[in-house]
Formats: sequence, structure tokens, C-alpha cells
Amino acid sequence: MSLLEVKDLSIHFGGVKAVQNVSFNIDAGIVYSVIGPNGAGKTTLFNLITGVYKPTAGEIRLDGELIQGKSPNELAERGVARTFQNLQICMNMSALENVMVGAHLRLDRNVFKAAMRWPSMRRRDNELREEAAELMKFVGLEQYIHARSDAMSYGVLKRLEIARALAMKPRVIFLDEPAAGLNPKETIEIDRLVRKLADSGITVVLVEHDMKMVMNLSDRILVLDYGKKLTEGTCAEVRKNPDVIAAYLGAHA
Amino acid sequence: MLSQFLQFLFSGITVGATYALAALGFTLIYNASNVINFAQGEFIMLGGMLAVFFAQMGFPLPIVLFLAIVIPALVGIFMEKVAIEPVKGADTVSLIIITIGASLVIRGLIQVWLGKGTFSLPAFSGDEPIHILGATLLPQSLWVLAVTALLVVSLWYFFSKTLTGKAMLATSFNRTAAELVGINTNFVLFLSFAMSAGLGAVGGILVTPITMTSYDVGIMLGLKGFVAAVVGGLGNGLGAVLGGLLVGVLEAMGAGYISSAYKDAMPFVLILFILFFMPRGLFGGKSTDRV
Amino acid sequence: MHKNAYIGLGLVIAVLLVLPFVLPNSYYMDLAIRMAINAIIVIGLNLLIGFAGQISLGHAGFLGIGAYASAVLPTHFGFHPLLAMAAGAAATAVIAGVVAKPIFKLKGNYLAMATLGLGIIINIALRNEAQWTGGPDGMAVPAFALFGIELSSDKQWYWVVAALLVISVWASLNIIDSPFGRALRALHGSEVASQVVGVNIVRYKVSIFVLSAVFASIMGSITAHYIGFVTPNFADFFHSIELVTMVVVGGMASVFGSIVGAVLLTALPQALATFEGWETVVFGSVLMLCMIFLPKGLVPTLASKFGKGD
Repeated sequence: MSLLEVKDLSIHFGGVKAVQNVSFNIDAGIVYSVIGPNGAGKTTLFNLITGVYKPTAGEIRLDGELIQGKSPNELAERGVARTFQNLQICMNMSALENVMVGAHLRLDRNVFKAAMRWPSMRRRDNELREEAAELMKFVGLEQYIHARSDAMSYGVLKRLEIARALAMKPRVIFLDEPAAGLNPKETIEIDRLVRKLADSGITVVLVEHDMKMVMNLSDRILVLDYGKKLTEGTCAEVRKNPDVIAAYLGAHA
Repeated sequence: MLSQFLQFLFSGITVGATYALAALGFTLIYNASNVINFAQGEFIMLGGMLAVFFAQMGFPLPIVLFLAIVIPALVGIFMEKVAIEPVKGADTVSLIIITIGASLVIRGLIQVWLGKGTFSLPAFSGDEPIHILGATLLPQSLWVLAVTALLVVSLWYFFSKTLTGKAMLATSFNRTAAELVGINTNFVLFLSFAMSAGLGAVGGILVTPITMTSYDVGIMLGLKGFVAAVVGGLGNGLGAVLGGLLVGVLEAMGAGYISSAYKDAMPFVLILFILFFMPRGLFGGKSTDRV
Repeated sequence: MHKNAYIGLGLVIAVLLVLPFVLPNSYYMDLAIRMAINAIIVIGLNLLIGFAGQISLGHAGFLGIGAYASAVLPTHFGFHPLLAMAAGAAATAVIAGVVAKPIFKLKGNYLAMATLGLGIIINIALRNEAQWTGGPDGMAVPAFALFGIELSSDKQWYWVVAALLVISVWASLNIIDSPFGRALRALHGSEVASQVVGVNIVRYKVSIFVLSAVFASIMGSITAHYIGFVTPNFADFFHSIELVTMVVVGGMASVFGSIVGAVLLTALPQALATFEGWETVVFGSVLMLCMIFLPKGLVPTLASKFGKGD
């Protein structure tokens, strides 16, 4: 059984059929990319799977359990993590705290114990601080461990979001255009980071426009166009598919 | 039985018209700037209090009316310039707090200048009550309803037939797009504050002969007008008017049939009710955070 | 806790220890006690407004519930003051929870309207139910007694309130730097982000709202016992706004800012007592000027100017 099974997933916004009858499976531990021209419905698909939207039809199964329509925090409880194309960083907290909050579900969150400075909670918090610092090193942000998040640049914050997602110790991580808005040097760093993620055994699902990155990293690729599934397969298969070429380059390529 | 019902209905619609004007004021400003203007009630108070002041100074009626409407409008513009513009784009909570501050300043200044007394104006066409089916209707109530209806129709005409009105509507739907097509959104903002203050002031003047006025009538009137705007659906003009009338009538009915001591609480019970069951209001207005 | 927080706490304790010996007379003692009481209320309110990014325009209503519970229950029903305080807090928790849950499920900031409505309804109810509450004229509150010792002198009250203030500061600083506190601040920073890491938005918003309401209720009870008398004005809209002003001026999301805001704005009405009407103007101006020029409030603005970063 695959980790993630999507069957006939659809969502309509009024008259707009943003995603239509999309089906695919993702096995655990692979890097799975979703590509397609702008407006193909990639981010919408992400939002459907990670609970931001409720589908109008179809099923999503995580490890056999139906999860479509569940809220984002319920999905977080099931080991689903995600990052955002346009960043969702808590600018009112420090960089380290942003990462620490990723571990939310793994901690004792009792407010009364917190008020009394319960020793076990303090100890856990100190451990978490170290863990978060390690994660920041893992994503290459060692120099920002003591920084405030509102003092960090866009490219750096994209990696911070990944650190936060990793703090959840997730089973699967959804990266929404991690390379968007980055310069070539930053893109290489993200590429390396995603590779590191994949090597660590987490299932990585990627939406990306950068074809080089996609072809380098992916085990399988899903191609969307106008909300529908165009094709799905290995890099080699997708690269040679005439429909894919036509969708990207126009029918008379 | 019937006469009692009608009595409550008449007084409810009368005060409801004032709430309607206040609610329209809220709606205008909310649509133009996403600000919930807690100082709206003070514009109503200004209308009444200034009318009393100028009338007592012996000015002829047209001058009194003119000043009592224009001065609040100017105060509205001043408030926009001084309090709202500097913090353009601040979050909802901050804007609410600023307008509360402005309302305190306006109210305090009037308290210092004109004192804490209660004042009245002579009714426009006499005090002789009209008898309908056993209930009495004050002629002033007819004035309130007639002028309010006239204003509502004028506003409808303004927004649907004139260019300026349409520009204001465009700004309320999408400010950036409106700017891009050359609409001067700052002017729209001024206009919305001026109009909303003017509307409130008219309401205040009209209702003073019936309910009297003093430096602190603005609080409750404004808050109830706000309730009316939410009941009708925040951002919806027709909703504001109907919401105002509904709040006024429910308040009068509640005071009459249930408990007059809790008269002032009725609109607020209503708003909790609406928020629990129909948060978009009767006509499905927008939520206060444009997501 | 940050090193700076420890310093701040130490400062507060030091000031509180020294104050009774430098204050010239009982007028100033009374003022200090009122400032401390307000500071505690504002710390609780600030957790809601500053840290969690929510709003309450009717918080004085919760003060009123606590205050009147402590007046009515012992007087008419023979409750022990401590039990009355607990009953007031329980009633507040229920009311706050019942109102908050449906409101927070909605998208958008409806809390302002709901808390406004709630506060006014409570005020009117207190004003109307004269047979229980004494109506607009208010009623006397029996003295607070614990283990047979009655709290009556200024000095006794001072130490009680000072101790409560220190505990509140310490507890709040702890909460902020805990998983619960971080979830709350994340919620304020980005609701979406907090959701995807597993924060149940509605549950947290309701929790912090109820918590800060109960804080207020307990302090309402304390105030009632201290002053010995309670009137419905205690629970009116203007008082709610005063409290919000203290949060805003002192500093949203700042525990020490809450103290500063409370101190300044408790002293202000006293200073303006002879200038009727001007009090309103000054309060309003302070609110506006603060939101325009010092939107973060006094303490955070000063702190960042001196590079403390907290």
C-alpha cells in the first residue's frame, strides 16, 4: 500500500474546475514532483492534500486512512508537513522559536504547568532549543540561530520554513515551490537541501517550476494541465511524453 | 392590543431610522477603507448638539441646519486625515482602537465646551400628536422617516447613477484596481467620511426633538448603529437601512413586551444572536477581515 | 526566560519592596495598590490582545462579574469570600467560553463586536437587578477574611496585591516562553503556519480568551474587597476601553509594558480629577497618538531603541 493514495480528486470554485479527477499514488520514501504550466492546479492540489481546501469530490488516503476534508492541524497530527510558496513565517518570533513551534505536537502544552515553570517542561524546552539549533544547522542556517526572523531575507526564510517542517518529525513533507524567487546560488542550496531530505528517508512531495531541479531530484513526476492529470511516471518517461512537451512548449514545438 | 403594538412599532421605526443612518455611515466608511468607525455615534451627537447651540444663538433655521451638518462633515474629514491616513494598512484591531480614541476626543471636547446638560430642539412642525388606530405618532417622527427615506433614495441614486458614486463603489470592491483606472481613492476616502458624518449629523438633528440630546448620546447610538450594520450585513447598504429599522423595532418591542429596563441591552443581545447564527447578517455582508 | 526578563522581574520586586517605605501617606498607598491591581488585570488582557493578537472590548464586564460575585454571594447567600471569588471565576469561565467558541469558529474579527455586546449586556444587567446588586448606586462588599484574619489595613492589602503582581508577572513570563505560549504567538504571527504545525486555532483562541477573562474576574473580586464597595460603573464600556488603552500604551505583547501602561493610566485620571471632561479628551488623544506614533507601545519601543531586542 502506498503512503498516499489520491483517487478522482476534484475541486470546483464556482464555475472554475481547478482540479478534475486527479488520481495518483505516492510510495513512502521517494521524491515525487508535481509539475505543470502556471494555473495547472498544482498549489490547489497541495492545498487539498494538506487540508487547506475541502475537495468537492474524490478521496485521499494516508496510510489507508481517509483524510480528505480534514483540517491542517489534524493532518499535522498525522505526520504531514508543508512549506509555503509565499512564506508563512511568524515575524513576531525569533528564528529559533519559529523552528521550535514546529515541534508543537510533540510537547506537553499544558498552560498551568507552563505558568509554574514545571521542571520537566523546562528541561524539554531546553532540549528542544538544542534540537531546533541542530535543525537550523541541517538546513544551512547556522549563522542565524540567534537571529530575529524579521531580520532575515526571503531565501533564508524559505529554508527556515523547511527547518520548521522538519521539527515536526513528519512522515511526508510537501514543498510548495521551494526554489521560487531564489537566485541561482540559493537555488543550488535548496537543491542540495531537498536531496538531503530525501536521503534521510522522509517522503518528499515537490511542486516546482525549475525543471533542472525536478529532473535531478525526482523519482516520479506527476504532470498537471488545466487541473487534469496529463501523465505520470519516471523522469525519463515524462521527459519524452509528447503531450507534456506540447503543454509546455505549445503544440507546434 | 393593536394600539399598543402600533405604538411600539412607531417609536421603534423612528429611532430605527436614526440607527439606519448611523449604519449607513458605518457601511460607507467600511466599504471605502475597511475601517470600523467607532466614532460614528459622535457624529450623530454633534448634529444634535451643534443644532441646539446654533439655534440658541439665534441663527435662522437654514443656517442652523447647514452648520450642524457641515461642521460634523468637516470633523469627519479631519478625523480621516489625522487619525486614519497616518496608519493606512494597519490591522483591524489598531484601527478600531484609533477610532475609539477619536470618539473619546470628540465627546470630551463637547463635554468641556457645552457641558453635561440635556438639550432639546423645537419640533419641526409642532408637537400635536397624530392619532392612528389608538396609537400616537409625533409629527417629528414623520419628519425623521421622510428625511431618512429621502436620503436613502438619494444615496441609491448617487451610487448607481453618478460617476462619483460609482467610483466610490469601485474603490470599495477593489481599491488597487480603482487606483489603477485613475480613481482618486484618497478623495473617495474623504468623501466617505464626510458623507457618513453628514448622514449621522442629520439623524442626530432629526431625532433631538423627540429623544433630546446631550454630550454622551453618541456612545449608545453609535454602538447600536454598528449593531444594525452587522445585522444587515456589514458592507451592504440596503442591509444597513433594514438592519437599522429592525434593531429599532426589536428594541421597542422588547422594551414594551419583555422588559423596559433591558431596552438598551436588546440590540446587543441581537448582535450576539446574529453572530452565533447568521454572522454574515441578513444580506450576507463581508467579514471584517478581507482574507 | 530571557536574561532581560529576570532583570525586569527583579526590578519589579525591588520597587515593590521599597515602595511602602517611601510613600508619604495613605493616599499614595491607595494609588499604588490600585496601580498594582490594574497591572495584574492588564497583564492578563495583554496575553489576549498583545500575544495572541485577539481583542476584547468588554473586559470590564468580566471584572464586574467577579466583583459582584464577591458582593452578592456573601451578602445575600452567606458565601465565604473565597468561595464567592471561585464562583465568580467559574461563572466567568462559562460565559466567556460559551460566547467565544462560536465566535472564533468564524473567519474574521468578530470578537470585537461580540465582546462589546457582552460587556454592555453585563453592565446593564448589573445596573438593573437592583434587588441583588443595589442597582446604579452599587452595594457594599464584605471584608475579605482568610483563616479568621480580616484584610483591612492598607499595608496588608499592599503586600497581598504586591505578591499577586509578582506571581502574575512570573507566571506570564513562564507561559510566554512555553509550548503553549509559543503556539499562541505563532497563531498571532501566522494562523496558517500555526495550523500546519498542528495548532488547533479555535481551541487556543478560546483558551486564552477564557484565561484572560478569569484573570479579570478574580481581580474584580479582589478590587471589590479592597474598595469595600462596588458600582456598575466598574463594568462599563469606558472602563473596558481604559484597560485596552493601558495595554496599547504600555506595549502590546509586553508583560512589563502592561505594568507601565497600568501605572501611567491609573495615575492619569487622578491627575486630571479637577479637569472634568478633559479626562476623556486626554484618554482619547493618548490612544490615538499611541497607535499612530508608538504602535508597539512604550516598553517595546524603548527596548528596541536600547537594542535589548525583547
